[in-house]
Amino acid sequence: MANCNETIRELDAFLDGELPDHVQSHVHAHLDSCMDCLQAFDFQAELKIAIRRKCNADEMPDGLLHRIETCFNIDLDGDGVIGPR
Amino acid sequence: MADQKDFAAQAMEFAPQLYSAALRMTRNRADAEDLVQEAYLRGFRSFHTFAEDTNLRAWLFRILTNAYINTYRAKQRRPQESELGEIEDLYLYRRLGSMETAAASMSAEEQFLDLFTDDEVKQALEDLPDIFRLPVLLADVEGFAYKEIAEMLDIPIGTVMSRLHRGRKAMQRALYEYAEARGLTRHLDDKAREG
Repeated sequence: MANCNETIRELDAFLDGELPDHVQSHVHAHLDSCMDCLQAFDFQAELKIAIRRKCNADEMPDGLLHRIETCFNIDLDGDGVIGPR
Repeated sequence: MADQKDFAAQAMEFAPQLYSAALRMTRNRADAEDLVQEAYLRGFRSFHTFAEDTNLRAWLFRILTNAYINTYRAKQRRPQESELGEIEDLYLYRRLGSMETAAASMSAEEQFLDLFTDDEVKQALEDLPDIFRLPVLLADVEGFAYKEIAEMLDIPIGTVMSRLHRGRKAMQRALYEYAEARGLTRHLDDKAREG
């Protein structure tokens, strides 16, 4: 079983779901028996969720969608062809 | 091969996500709008190169990221890997983790980390230098895998991991400073003592 330092070192990759299966299960085994590391991991997991929730919900300005879609239908580069080159 | 006439129908649903990400990149609304529009134009023009069985969202984010780097990074000085300084692991947890219990007793509904405002969290992210901000944005906010981020930024996976690690710690330091500045830490200390 891994010790605390080794476990904390894997924290990022563990929470990102990027660890190989055998390392993932080592970390799980350690967390099952170490309350200190489990609390630290929980905190980081909540932080990651909070960051996502608070940073990805800006309201799009009125008219942006229309502005984008309009571009698909005009001759942008003046070559007489609409849209694609 | 993807057909250009299908582009709008398939791609426009991602516009709100791309706009939010563009805001975190450019840090202002006018530039974010221009950047999203530029990304959609590039996507429209090269949609014939999109392989239909692959991930359209990742493809669009790659275009957005490239458009941002091409347009804006050229204007900036070259940031250094070391410029955030040394920050210990678990920075925020070591300082606020013990207060989490106290906060939980204040209200079962309220999540401890919701004590930070949306603006504080956005600011902490936006204040990171580009080389750290893009990996954190793409991983934590957009949920992309290391391999996808490595491709988007054209850097090795090991570099994605180290920049992510450093960027996250710097964000935690900024959040702690916000918490201190508005007396949040004192407030929680008191709660903990009343405990």
